[in-house]
Parts: sequence; C-alpha cells; structure tokens
Amino acid sequence: MTSATYHAPASIAEAVGLLSSDPAARIIAGGTDLIVQARAGRVKPGAYVDIKRISAAIGIRSFEGGFAIGAATPCTALLEHAALCAAWPGMVEAANLIGSVQVRNRATMGGNLCNASPAADSVPALIAAGATCLVAGPSGERVIPVTDIPSAPGRTSLAQGEFVVEIRLPAQPSGGSDAYLRAIPRTEMDIAVVGAGVSLVMDGGVCKSARVGLGAVAPTALLVEAAAAALIGTTLDDNALDAMGEAVSAACKPIDDKRGTASYRTHTAAVLARRAALIARDRAGAK
Amino acid sequence: MQKILVSTTVNGETCEFACEPDTSLLDALRTELRLTGSKEGCGSGDCGACTISLDGEMVCSCLVLAAEAQGRTIGTVEGIAEGSALHPLQTRFLEHAALQCGFCTPGFLVAAKSLLEKNPDPTETEIRYWLAGNLCRCTGYDKIIRAVQHAAADLRQERTGA
Repeated sequence: MTSATYHAPASIAEAVGLLSSDPAARIIAGGTDLIVQARAGRVKPGAYVDIKRISAAIGIRSFEGGFAIGAATPCTALLEHAALCAAWPGMVEAANLIGSVQVRNRATMGGNLCNASPAADSVPALIAAGATCLVAGPSGERVIPVTDIPSAPGRTSLAQGEFVVEIRLPAQPSGGSDAYLRAIPRTEMDIAVVGAGVSLVMDGGVCKSARVGLGAVAPTALLVEAAAAALIGTTLDDNALDAMGEAVSAACKPIDDKRGTASYRTHTAAVLARRAALIARDRAGAK
Repeated sequence: MQKILVSTTVNGETCEFACEPDTSLLDALRTELRLTGSKEGCGSGDCGACTISLDGEMVCSCLVLAAEAQGRTIGTVEGIAEGSALHPLQTRFLEHAALQCGFCTPGFLVAAKSLLEKNPDPTETEIRYWLAGNLCRCTGYDKIIRAVQHAAADLRQERTGA
C-alpha cells in the first residue's frame, strides 16, 4: 500500500527521535482518527510511532494533588479510576461520549486533543478543568495549557518532533466540581453540534471560581473568561446565569454546516452552559 | 518493504503472522489467519461488524494496525462457541431470529459477550447503549436486544446452578 514504517518505542526519547527524523511520521495511540484519515488518503504517514508501549503515556496516576493521565490512555480507562471520577466527573463523562464503546476502548485523551477537531468532546471539559499537558520534544519537556494545543481545525501548535506525553488535571478544591453537556441530533454515535463544559468551586452557596469551555462553536475549543466572570461571586441566580449565557453566545464564532446552523449553535451553547453550570453546582454541593 | 512478524494469541492459541506496517488487524485476521468471521462493513469504526476483543476490551479491528497486536490477546467470533457447543448468545440469536443477512452478527456477538462479562444483568437501555456501535440494517434491533436479554438470563442461571 504505502512505504510507511511502524515503530513501538519504549521511551519518550526514542519516540522524539523517530518523530524528529521524519516529518511525515505520525503518532498512533488509539488510531481511531489517524487510521480513518490514512485510509481516506487525507494523511500519508511516513511512519507510525505507536506510543502505547511508553509507560509514561499509559495509565492514570495521582500528581500534585490532581491527576496525570497518560496521553495514550483510552477514554474507558477513566471510568475505572474512582478518585478521578469523583474529582472531575464532567471530564470523565465528556471523554465517554465519544463514539461507541469499541471506539472509546481505543480512542485516547491525547488523540482527542491532538486531532484538533473543533468538536472534540473531551477538550472543552479539559479546558474548563484547567488542564495542562506535558509536551516532550527535541529540546526537552514543557508544560502548556490544553488551550494552547489546537491552533486550527486539524492543526496543533506542536513543533516537529514534539508530542503530548500526558494530560494533567489540577487538584479539585473542596466544594469544586464540573459538568459537560453536548448537543447531538441522536442519542449516541454522533459528533457534537455544540459542547459546553463548566467547572466551578462553591463556598457557602457562592461561586468562588469558575471556568467555562466551549466546543464546536469556533475553529478551536474556547475558554470563555467573560462567562466565568459572570458566575464568580454569585449564587448562580437567574441574573448570573443569564449574564453567563450572553457571554457564551458572544464568544461563539460558529460555522453553518450539515450538523447545525450558526444561530442554532450560538443559542444552544448558552443553554448547555447554563445547564452544565447548574449540574456542576449541584455536584459541588453534594460533596 | 520488509514485512513485520507479529506474535499474538488468538482465541487461546498462540499464532504468528506477517503484515505490512499499515495492514489493519481485521485484514490480517481475515487473510493471514483465515478467520473470516469478523467482517468489514465500513472500515471507519462506525458499524462494528469487525468487533473483536483486544486484551479483553472490545474494539473495531479495522481501526487497529496488525502490528499493534504484538504480544496482545485477541478474541474473535470464532472463539465464542466451545467446539460444537454454541454459546448461549449464539443459541438465543438463532431462536429469536436476531439476524437476517448475518453480516453484522459476528460483531454483535463479540460485543454482547463483552457486555455480559462486565454486566451480567444489564437493563434494556444499557444493552442498547452498549450496542450503539454495532449497526444492523435488517432486524430493527428489537430481536437482538431480546436475544441478549435471554442469553444474559441463561448465563446467570448457569452461574448460580454451577
């Protein structure tokens, strides 16, 4: 078929070496996007660099009070980590809305981020959670916010030779929780028309901090600081939620396509963000 | 192009095959190992006809590179029956006419077996969500759901009776 090669390096350094030496080399983790794209001829990998044999890229561990999720960890593995599910239930739910069980058993957190689809379900939730990622490359390692990875539909800011090793979620403060909701025209197996993730910390009924992430309403997933600001210092009363919804809609720059019109997306983003905020609040209060 | 030699365990037996770097595991199973039970419906992970288990988790074998299977454990539809004794899922699929053309059936059987291993008493909703990645254009799904429910009951009874 092609002249591609396949490699399964056991170390980060080996993977960086392979990626650096071939501009057409591509990371394969779950393969649920890459193999489809290669088969359709949209990408022509010169080398498949399988990172699933790198121990740092697999599994979930406690890290600085929060969690480090290996980039090649499949979505369904998150469900089996009780502490992660308790701290960041919205993020775990977002990752487990993707595709079917078959797909989620392969599809990874790093892949959902680096495929750079504007409609990736886990990315708005990761943004809302304030997640960062550990990037390894020829000049060493760096830690950057998840928001800095996607640069345009299907494109990332990663330089040649770089790859995401793990995704880091901060510690969940007492009184904090999150939620993610998406709109699709059916109940399963579809791509988000709109996605909204909200994380917040409640203290004595007042919102102390908040982050709002949106998907499928712009070329990349968005962090909407004005929406979060509308919630902070309030009890999440109707006025605050209305103001948040307006800020959400104002941030939307969606396209019209077969999945939804721009005006539908702009309206629905506000509705979903409002509902997600209330779910996150109730979860935070239940702790 | 030098072929890659892959050692793996398929349905409990150790086996080796050679593949190109971008050969799918589905193609390797079907052409190298002559296990043609797994089908290619869409080749893009939407239909589930190629569902197999990989290290105990169900996946679409069309979206796995054959080379990735090195050292892994694979289960296909051919491994579900024990010799000539059908698995309760297979028996119930026949009884309930949960297939017509049969192209999707291997994927449904592997997926349903995976469900019942994790959840011996699933609700109808849980079955429908679990099988959302398996498409059937003949049955309308109701017969498949009923067959899975009955097989689940059979397996629970086997377990308590044992």
